[in-house]
Amino acid sequence: MKRSRCVCGFMILVLLLFAFFAANICAGSVRVPLRDVLEILLGKEREAVFRDIVTEIRFPRALSAGILGGALALSGYLLQILFDNPIAGPFTLGISSGARLSVALVMVVFLGNSAEPGFGVMIMAAFAGAMISMGFVILMSRFMDSASMLIVSGVMIGYICSAITDLVVAFADDADIVNLHNWSKGSFSGIGWSHVAVMFLTVSAAVLAVFFLSKPIGAYGLGEAYAQNLGLDVKKFRILLVLLSSALSACVTAFAGPVSFVGIAVPHMVKYLFRTARPAVMIPACFLGGGVFCLGCDLLARILFAPRELSISTVTAVLGAPVVILIMAGKKQKGDIR
Amino acid sequence: MGCSISIEALTVGYGGIPLVREIDIRLKQGEILTLIGPNGAGKTTVLKSIIRQLTPLGGAVCLRGTRLEQFSDGDLARTVSAVLTQRLKTEMMTCREVAATGRYPYTGRFGRLSARDKRAVEEAMELVGVSELADVDFTKISDGQRQRVMLARAISQEPEILVLDEPTSFLDIRYKLEFLSALQQLSREKGLTVIMSLHEIDLAQRISHKIACIRGDKLDRLGSPEEVFTQGYIRELFHVTDGGCEERTGALELPAPKGSPRVFVLGGNGTGIPVYRRLQREGIPFAAGILWENDLDYPVACLLAAEVVHVRAFAGVGEQEMRRARELIERCSRVICTLKKEETGDWYRAELSELLAYSGEVHRDEKGL
Repeated sequence: MKRSRCVCGFMILVLLLFAFFAANICAGSVRVPLRDVLEILLGKEREAVFRDIVTEIRFPRALSAGILGGALALSGYLLQILFDNPIAGPFTLGISSGARLSVALVMVVFLGNSAEPGFGVMIMAAFAGAMISMGFVILMSRFMDSASMLIVSGVMIGYICSAITDLVVAFADDADIVNLHNWSKGSFSGIGWSHVAVMFLTVSAAVLAVFFLSKPIGAYGLGEAYAQNLGLDVKKFRILLVLLSSALSACVTAFAGPVSFVGIAVPHMVKYLFRTARPAVMIPACFLGGGVFCLGCDLLARILFAPRELSISTVTAVLGAPVVILIMAGKKQKGDIR
Repeated sequence: MGCSISIEALTVGYGGIPLVREIDIRLKQGEILTLIGPNGAGKTTVLKSIIRQLTPLGGAVCLRGTRLEQFSDGDLARTVSAVLTQRLKTEMMTCREVAATGRYPYTGRFGRLSARDKRAVEEAMELVGVSELADVDFTKISDGQRQRVMLARAISQEPEILVLDEPTSFLDIRYKLEFLSALQQLSREKGLTVIMSLHEIDLAQRISHKIACIRGDKLDRLGSPEEVFTQGYIRELFHVTDGGCEERTGALELPAPKGSPRVFVLGGNGTGIPVYRRLQREGIPFAAGILWENDLDYPVACLLAAEVVHVRAFAGVGEQEMRRARELIERCSRVICTLKKEETGDWYRAELSELLAYSGEVHRDEKGL
C-alpha cells in the first residue's frame, strides 16, 4: 500500500511537472500553441519570433525555474533536518539574504568597472554570503535552545542583509539599477542557455551528493545521540549538510535572487503527499515538488497581470506562507514546537 | 569467557570538570550491571562515556580488550547499542521502521534492508512483545509501548553490550517486569551484557548481577546486590532524611510521624502494616510490639513507629520486653490489636494475649480495642 502511494506520488509530480512546463512555454504575453512548440522543437520552419521566444526565452526560463525550485526545496529540506526545525529554510534562516547581499556587492563592484561578472564568480559570491549567514545562524543555535528563537534570529539576519542590499542597490549607478533591481527582488527572467548549463551542472552535482547522504540523513533525523550510536560521524555529517544546503541555496540566489517560502513549504507538502519522511523518497520528491511549485508560481507571476510581470517571491509567498501557518498550527497542536 | 567490558580508572565529566572520578568496573559477558545513585550523581554521564558520546577525562573503557577509542564508528555501533532518555524523533514512521533503524550499521550505502535485516527486526520486536504494534505510527503509541519499541530498536542492532539509561521510567508495573525480564532473557540466552541506570532500587536488586553505586564524585560501592545493600545503605546513598527504605525488599516508607507514641499497635504476621501506614497518613505517632525480628511487620514498624518492642527472631519473649510493652500501653491513649485468634481459639503466644488483656484493663472505658 505504501509502495503504491509512492508510485502514485511520483507520477503526480512528474505529470504536474510536464503540464506546468508546457504551460510555461505556451502561455505568456505572446501565446504559442502547443502544436507550434512541438514543431519548433522538431526543427520545422516557423516564424522566427515564435522560435526565439520559445527556444531562447521561455525554454531556458522554464528549465531554470524547475531546476532552481528543486534546489531550493531540497535546500530547505536539508536545513529542516540540520536544525531539527520544521520552519527552517534558506529564507527564514537568512541564508538567501546573505547570499543576495554578497552577490549584490560583487555585481556592483563588477558593473562599476563596467565588467560582467562570470557565473563562477556569482556562484562563489553567493556561496560565501550563504556560508557567512549560515555561520551566524549556527553560532546562534549554540546559545538558543528554542526552535522559534532560532528562526527569529535567522529572520533578523535576513532583514539586516536585505537592508544593506537595498542600500547598495540604491547607491548603484543608474544604468546598473535596472539589472540589479529585477534580480534583487527575485525573478527567473533573463536567464539564458549558458546560465541553465551552469546551474544544471552545479545543482545536479549537489543533488547527487545529497542522494548519497540519504541513509545518514535518516539516522540524523532520529536525534543526534541515536545517530551517533548507530555509527554516524555526526560532526562530519553536519558539515556536509551545511555545505550542501548552502551550495544549493547559493546557486538559486546567484541566478534568480531571493525566492521565499519554497524551501519551507515544499518539503512539508511533499511529506503529506507521500505520507512518509523517508529520505530516499523525500530527496527526489522534494526536488520534483520544488520544480513543480516554482514552475507553477513563475507561470502565475508572468500571466496574472500580463504583460506586467510579478516578482517570483510575490507568488511563492502568497502560496507558501499559508502552508507554513498550517504546519505551525498542526505542530502546535501536537506540542512539537517549543 | 574473558572480560566483555572493563572500565579502568575512568573519570567522566563535562567541559573538563570531572563529575565522577576513577571508576573501576569489570563485567563478564552476559552480566547485568545497574548504576544507582541520587539524581545528578552522574549516572547518565558514565553511560554516555561508555557509548563514546562523551570523551572521558581520564582512564579507559575496553570492550573485548580493545580500547573504546580504537573502534571505528561502524564497529562500535555493531558492538554497543543504547536506549537513552532523549526522545527518538520520528516523523511518519511506523514502529517497524523505528525498530529497523537499528540495522543502520549493517546495511549498505542506501540503507536497503536485506532479508536477514528484516528477520532481525521482526525477531527483536517479537522478543519485547511489540509485534502487534509493527504498523502503528510511533508517535501514536503510549510511552510504555514506545520504550519497548526503543528496546526492540536497540536489540535489532545486534549488539554485544546494551546500554540503557533509566529504561523503566515510563513503564507501569506490568511493563516494568516484562521489560526487565526481556533483558534477563537477553543476558541469559544471547549472552548480552547489559549496563543500565535504574531508579527503582527494588528492581535493580532483583535483576542485577552487579550494582554500582555512584555517590559524590566516586563509585561508592560495587558488588552483588547482597553485598551492596546493607542495612541503612540506601538512606545513606540517597541522603534520605525523611522516610526510609527497607533494603531487603526495597520497599519505601514515608517519614514516621514525630512525637511520643499515642497509639500502641499490637500486631504481627503482616497484619500491622496497613495500620502503621494508616497512622502515618493521619500523622499519629505510635508504638508497635511485640514483634519478632523475622516478622513481616517488623521492618515496616522500624521505619514508621516511634518505638518498636522487638524480640530476636524465633526467640522467647523476655521479661524486659514485656515490661516495656506494658509501659507503652499505659502511656498510649489507645491500643489497636490487629491480631486474630487462631482457629483453635487460642492466641499464638501467651505473651500476646496477656498484653491484650492488660490493655483491656488499662483502657477499660475506651473504645477501639
